Amino acid sequence: MSDFLLNPWPWYVAGPLISLVMFALIIGGKTFGVSSNLRTICSACGAGKISSFFDFNWKAQTWNLIFIFGTLIGGYIAQNYMSNDTPITLANHTVEELNSLGINTDNPVYVPKELFELSDNENLILALMLLSVGGFLVGFGTRYAGGCTSGHAITGLSQLQVGSLIAVIGFFIGGLLITHFILPIIF
Amino acid sequence: MKRLYFLFWGIIFGIVLIKSEVASWFRIYEMFQFDSFHMYGVIGSAVISGIIIIQLLKKSNVKSIEDRDLEFEDKEFLPKKYLFGGTIFGLGWGLTGACPGPMFALLGAGYYSILIAIFFAVLGTLAYGVLKDKLPH
Repeated sequence: MSDFLLNPWPWYVAGPLISLVMFALIIGGKTFGVSSNLRTICSACGAGKISSFFDFNWKAQTWNLIFIFGTLIGGYIAQNYMSNDTPITLANHTVEELNSLGINTDNPVYVPKELFELSDNENLILALMLLSVGGFLVGFGTRYAGGCTSGHAITGLSQLQVGSLIAVIGFFIGGLLITHFILPIIF
Repeated sequence: MKRLYFLFWGIIFGIVLIKSEVASWFRIYEMFQFDSFHMYGVIGSAVISGIIIIQLLKKSNVKSIEDRDLEFEDKEFLPKKYLFGGTIFGLGWGLTGACPGPMFALLGAGYYSILIAIFFAVLGTLAYGVLKDKLPH
């Protein structure tokens, strides 16, 4: 049992658990959607003064801020108490592609050092650009689309929403463009 | 008590994102290379079990923890909004390897540089709110 908890979890455990979280939020009278919190944070910081889009009763969304604070705690627990530091086993072709970009895959954990390490990184400027531009696009795009992976790919598709299917197709258009055309150019 | 309920499910969500490697930049890259079934399995099995859960809930008389009827609203059908917004989000997902949920799980796991992405995600959301009326929907 403890081996199961410590080793990486297979997809058929993770997928149903994610829908269980969605179920728990529906029973809680809420909707599963993480990116709404970004809008709530804007509103809580007073952005209602510059755009009516942020002029709403953000305190009614406190439950969702508590939820993502829980997600943060969950990340801490999983990393520190439920891990045996098994490296991620990536597909051979992925490893070849990453190595040809100059990204180290000797002992892959969650993020590549080349892109996330802020000290002792000769790619520091590139890493900062990638995190800031990427983060900006995530925030802009997710609100434009009205949801992210949790709101559209999980909740929307589970409710058979055609709009969510279009959004998920968009997610892939964007991701494929980056992976196949942009990353090879910037590395 | 209700706060603890949402905190608890947030913790479960964070644990799942880290333990299943969904929060891994490498896994997202691999997904966009179509090299592994893992991410498709996670999302696919979540959606299939999600469809079953929603259908059962719609047929049942289950009430929320506040004893209200459950609501399932259809999203407005705005193809341009979903396609343009989704594509822009996808560009960011491909770069950072993290959608909003995993960003917070990674921060908790100690990958502090993701805080830069979170900060700029809030700025991106702010920019959308300001430009909203000028964009095609």
